[in-house]
Amino acid sequence: MWDYSEKVMDHYRNPRNVGKIDNADAIGEAGSLTCGDSLKIYLKIKDGIVTDAKFQTFGCGSAVASSSILTEMIIGKSVEEVKKITNKDIADQLGGLPPEKMHCSVMGYEALEDALKNFDDLTDLDDLRNEKPAEKIVCTCFNVTENLIWDAIKQNGLRTVEEVTNYTKAGGACGKCKGLIQDIIDTYYKKEESHKEESSLSPAQKILKINKIIESQISPELQKDGGDITLVDIDGNKVLVKLRGKCSGCKNSHLTLKAFVESTLRETVDKNIDVIEVA
Amino acid sequence: MDLIYLDNNATTKVAPEVLEVMLPYFKEEYANPSSIYEFAKNANHTVRDSRGVIKDFLNAANEKEILFTSCGSESANTAIRGVLNMNKNKRHIITTKVEHPCVLNLYQTLEKEGYKVDYIGVNSNGELDLAQLEESINYDTALVSIMYANNETGVIYPIEKISEIIKSKNKETKFFVDAVQAAGKIPIDVQALGVDLLGISGHKFHAPKGIGVLYLNSKTLITPLIIGGHQERGKRAGTENVPYIAGIAKAAELAADGMKYELTEVKRLRDKLEAGIIKNIFNSRINTSISNRVPNTTNIGFEYIEGELILLHLSDLGICASSGSACTSGSLEPSHVLRAMNVPFTAIHGSIRWSLSRYTKESEIDYVLKVLPGIIDKITALSPYQDELANLKRLRG
Repeated sequence: MWDYSEKVMDHYRNPRNVGKIDNADAIGEAGSLTCGDSLKIYLKIKDGIVTDAKFQTFGCGSAVASSSILTEMIIGKSVEEVKKITNKDIADQLGGLPPEKMHCSVMGYEALEDALKNFDDLTDLDDLRNEKPAEKIVCTCFNVTENLIWDAIKQNGLRTVEEVTNYTKAGGACGKCKGLIQDIIDTYYKKEESHKEESSLSPAQKILKINKIIESQISPELQKDGGDITLVDIDGNKVLVKLRGKCSGCKNSHLTLKAFVESTLRETVDKNIDVIEVA
Repeated sequence: MDLIYLDNNATTKVAPEVLEVMLPYFKEEYANPSSIYEFAKNANHTVRDSRGVIKDFLNAANEKEILFTSCGSESANTAIRGVLNMNKNKRHIITTKVEHPCVLNLYQTLEKEGYKVDYIGVNSNGELDLAQLEESINYDTALVSIMYANNETGVIYPIEKISEIIKSKNKETKFFVDAVQAAGKIPIDVQALGVDLLGISGHKFHAPKGIGVLYLNSKTLITPLIIGGHQERGKRAGTENVPYIAGIAKAAELAADGMKYELTEVKRLRDKLEAGIIKNIFNSRINTSISNRVPNTTNIGFEYIEGELILLHLSDLGICASSGSACTSGSLEPSHVLRAMNVPFTAIHGSIRWSLSRYTKESEIDYVLKVLPGIIDKITALSPYQDELANLKRLRG
C-alpha cells in the first residue's frame, strides 16, 4: 500500500480540470500506453498568460494527482513563470510522493515542457537546453531520453541509478541501460564540479584575491629573509611574478617560487594556479 | 463501511475454528514436542496427528512424506535446492515463465550459480506449451518445477499429464509442484498426480501466515535447507511450531469438508462476478476464460485505464482486490504472467485479479457489480484514449 498524502488522495478522488480544450493554444504529451502511463495537457494562452488548462491521464493515483495539481498550478500564471516549474514543484505541491512514484511528477513536467515547446512563440526554450547532451533514447523499454534523465538529475539532485529509475522509470525493466544512466550521472556531476570551480570567482575577484594573499601572507615572509615579490600579471591560472631583493638571483629562488608561493596560492585561491617568474 | 475481501489469493482470513485449536498451544500446552516428560505428550501427539491429517489432505502414501515448514517459499526453496544438491552431476532445470516470483527468483539465482534453466511459455489462455516442455527434457535435467495453479489467472496446469511426459523422457528427473494456489481450492492427490515433491502454504486456505508443508515421496532424497536438530527426520531443523501445525491441520480438514462448496458455490459467485462485469462494462475483457481454472479466481482487464486507480477507488468503498499493474507493486513492469500470455497492452495495465473464498457472500458480489461500473466510468473519463474507447464501445455495443 502506498503512503499517499491527503493532497494526493484528494486529487485522484476529485481530479480538477479533466478533459480536453478545443482549439487549445498548446498541447503537450508524455508517456505511452505501452509504458503504463501517459498524459495529455491542453493549454489556453492569452497575452502570455495561461488562461485555462485541462488534462487527460492514463495512469495510477499519483499520476492523476500530479496532472490535476499541475493544471491548478499553472492557470493564471504567465508563460515565463510556468516555464520555471519543475517536477519537484509538482511533488512538493502534493505534499510529497513516495520515491517510487516520483516519475509521475516527472511525467507532468515532461508534458508541460512539451506543450510549451509546441507553443509557437516559445523558441527560447532551446537556450535552457544548450548545456545538455543531444537528444537520445537511453531506456528503450520506457522510451526515456537522455535529456529527461539530465533534467531529473538536475532538478532533484539525484545521485544514484536507483533514484533515476524512481524518477524517470529508466532502467526499471530489463535494466540494460543502467550503465548508461550511471555515465549520465557521472557526466552531470563532473560538469557541475568544473562549473563550480570556474564560477566561484570572477576574474576580477581572482586578481584581487591573489594580490591580497601576496601582500598579506607571501611578501612578509620573503621580507624576513631580505627579499620580496611583486605581482606582474595574471593570465587565467598563470600568475606572473617578479622576485626582488635577496630573492632575486638566489639559487633557491625556484624552490621558493614553487614550494612556497605557488603552494600558498593553490591552497587559498585555486588549485590550478601556476606561478611563473619573469625577469 | 463493511470490508469486502476479494483478494484471497494474496492471503486469507484465519478461520475461527483454526484459531480455536491453536490457542491452547500458546497458553497451556506450550511444551516442546521433543521433550521426554508427560507434559510434552500432548504437543508431541498434536504434531503427529496433524501430520496424519495433512497426509490425508494430500493423499500421500505415508506420514513420513510430510514436512512442516514456515511458508510456501521455504517449501519451494527446500525442494529445489534439496533435489539439486542430491544430484550434483545434473545441471539442467525446467520451469515456466508464469511461476510465482518466489520460485522464479530462485531460478535466476541458480542460473548465476551455473545451472541452465529453460522457461516454458504459455498461450493467450495461459495454458502451458507441453510440446516445448517435452522437447526440453534431456539426460541432464535434474528437476522440472511447475505450479499447480497460477496465482494471477487461476489457470490449472495438467500436472498428471506433465508427470507422464517427464517419466517417459527421463526417469531420474524429479518433479516439484508449487501447489500454493491449489490447496483448499481443488482436491490434491499427490499419488494420482505422480509428483515427487509438492509445496503448500497455510495462509492461502485460512490457516495463519507462517506455516507451510512440503510433501516429498519416499523415493526422493533431499538435503536440508535449515541444518540443526533432528526435527522433521533431519530434513528441516527447528523446534516444531506446534500451534501453527495444529492450525494448518484444522484448516486442511475444513478445506476438505468445504471442497464441494468451493467447486460449486464459490465458483457460482466467481462466474456471476465475471459475467456481470463483462456484461455491464464495455471496456472489460476476461484475460483467460478457460474452464480449467481454480473456482475462486478471475482476472479481468479494463482497457485504456490503469489498475492502481481502480484499486484505490475500490478501496475507498472497502473493496479489496489486486492488480497485475506495475504501478501497484512498485516494480515498473506489469505482471510477468499477463505478459507471457500476450495480454494486449491496452488491457494489461488495467488488469484486476479478483479472488473469492468460502466466506464471500452473494450480497458482496452484488455490491461490487453495483458500484464497479461507476468507478470504471469515472476513470475512463480521465483517459487520453477517448477515440479508441469510442471505437471499442461501437464494436462491443
